[in-house]
Amino acid sequence: MPATYANILISGALAGLIYGLSALGLSVIFGVVRIVNFAHGEMMVGAMFLTTLMVNALGLDPLLCLPVVAAVLFVFGYLLQRFLIERVAHLPDHMQFLLMAALATTLTAAWLMIFGPETRGVRLSYGYDSYEVGPLILDKTRVFAAAAALVVAGLLFAFFRWSATGKAIRACGDNHTGALVVGLDVRKLYALTFGIGAMCLGAAGAIMVMLIDTQPYLGPQYTLLAFVIVILGGLGSMAGAMLGGLVIGFSEALAGVLFQPSLKSAFSFALLIVILLVRPQGLLGKRA
Amino acid sequence: MIETMLAGAPRRALVALALLLSALVAAPLFVNAYALSVLILALYYAYTGQAWNMMIGFAGLLSLGEAMFVGLGAYASAGLFQKFGVPPVLGLFLSVAVSAAAGAAVGWLAFRFDINGVYFALLTIAFSEFTRILVDNWAYLGGSEGLFLHVSGLAGWDIVNLRGSPVMFYYVLLAMTSGMFLLCRYLLASRLGYYWRAIREDQDAARSLGVDVFACKMAAVTISSGAAGLAGVVYAFYYNNLFPETAFALSHSIDMLLGAVVGGVGTLFGPIFGALLLTPLGEALTAATDGLRLPGVKQFFWGVVVAAIVLARPTGLWPMIAGALGLDKVGLDKVDADEKSGR
Repeated sequence: MPATYANILISGALAGLIYGLSALGLSVIFGVVRIVNFAHGEMMVGAMFLTTLMVNALGLDPLLCLPVVAAVLFVFGYLLQRFLIERVAHLPDHMQFLLMAALATTLTAAWLMIFGPETRGVRLSYGYDSYEVGPLILDKTRVFAAAAALVVAGLLFAFFRWSATGKAIRACGDNHTGALVVGLDVRKLYALTFGIGAMCLGAAGAIMVMLIDTQPYLGPQYTLLAFVIVILGGLGSMAGAMLGGLVIGFSEALAGVLFQPSLKSAFSFALLIVILLVRPQGLLGKRA
Repeated sequence: MIETMLAGAPRRALVALALLLSALVAAPLFVNAYALSVLILALYYAYTGQAWNMMIGFAGLLSLGEAMFVGLGAYASAGLFQKFGVPPVLGLFLSVAVSAAAGAAVGWLAFRFDINGVYFALLTIAFSEFTRILVDNWAYLGGSEGLFLHVSGLAGWDIVNLRGSPVMFYYVLLAMTSGMFLLCRYLLASRLGYYWRAIREDQDAARSLGVDVFACKMAAVTISSGAAGLAGVVYAFYYNNLFPETAFALSHSIDMLLGAVVGGVGTLFGPIFGALLLTPLGEALTAATDGLRLPGVKQFFWGVVVAAIVLARPTGLWPMIAGALGLDKVGLDKVDADEKSGR
């Protein structure tokens, strides 16, 4: 019995790492550009469709498609910030929200028109393989997916920690005026940040197809999931996003066994409400 | 009370309002069933948009969980009617009470910890989703299978039980929208209305001048969510069925705030104008794209239209039109909108 629980928890944690990577994309964008990307899930669904197409047409592994998909999403995010979102930066929150919601609607509709309402999946040669570690059984796909998520997140951490561009982006996030004063090209860095955020969720999307099938209406649910994770971990905190992903992965897995699977997202939202009330800055967030 | 409400309103604005109201009262005599259904929807969104506008436009509180208040109101009165035979004319008191209590609970939890802006918006989404999933799993009220009301014919005017023709629903909604308009006008001209706008512009400054920020914000969420609960009664009895998936959906919240945003957040007449403009526009889009037999094409253009309005006219359309028609002073429209855009 303990082994069953351990298996469920581990599989939840592995999924949680992918959620975390996706939420990282939301967090990076909010932390620097101060835009809440309400089209987050919809963009991720686009990445999932793109990966599915590539996998099924070229017979590649999703993880090999990942760099291409991430690059496409990077360009999309960069252009989005440069030509659309930049123009609403001075507007009040609700107008920005509305533009992003309109974008989300448009994207979902576009996926529906292009790909149709059917569910599309990929077939992996190692789809049913698993590793046995003592009493534990680990799905091979989940292990690969989680490892890929960790690698991408690690690269991103390194980029923001050590590269000059990464530091410049963090400077923009810390102090917009200060960044302007020292001569940083803030507009370009914002576009770059949005691109990186989009890249993150592109990578998450490419990995996600290994775990679930794609259909056009998944968007809002992933947007909400990413919100929950990011607020849990702390808006703008990168490590917080990964931690939040793990917590949600665990809690979904636990709620699935302890209550019933249909209540698992209620569990996440309850967690979110508690966090907003007792620690609104999130687990690892700094007080605003 | 009437004097304060009329103060500052130019004569031509009152005439314009009277003309619009007469046109709306007479409309059912001249339009066909389809156009009437569009008008009903437009009035529903005008009313709910105004309720939403009270929070964001007057007090600066962004709620994205409006669907929760409407949905709770809908389930309260529909449940009473279906399970205990209580007519909606009594049930609506429970609806308003439940929704107002939900609003007060969210507000109390949020404002006690000074949760504002985006965080407050996300909290309302979280509560809304949480409620949706709970109702989805509550078998007594139908759960995800939905709650269906007895339909007893589409003729007549049984206003006590809200069973009757679409014309009845039209006039009920027209009365509600007019009442909401008057309430908003009254609140804006009242002491509370000035406090709200002071808080919206600068919460700390308002507090330092002695405004009880917590109480004023509580008043805003409670009144607004109670009003949304009343819309829920009409929602339930007009459609005769309720599904948690649609009633509590985030897209339902967005539909309700679209008209207000397009018309002009913080304006008095903007939400009504926006709803009367957008609803027929949406229907026209449906008609125009129906022949294409391509699912999603309507939503695609819908998104494009909304994005275009946000980019081209972020203060909303109404302040501009009101200025052109010389109706500026209706509900302090111009002043508010200008202040808002100057942020």
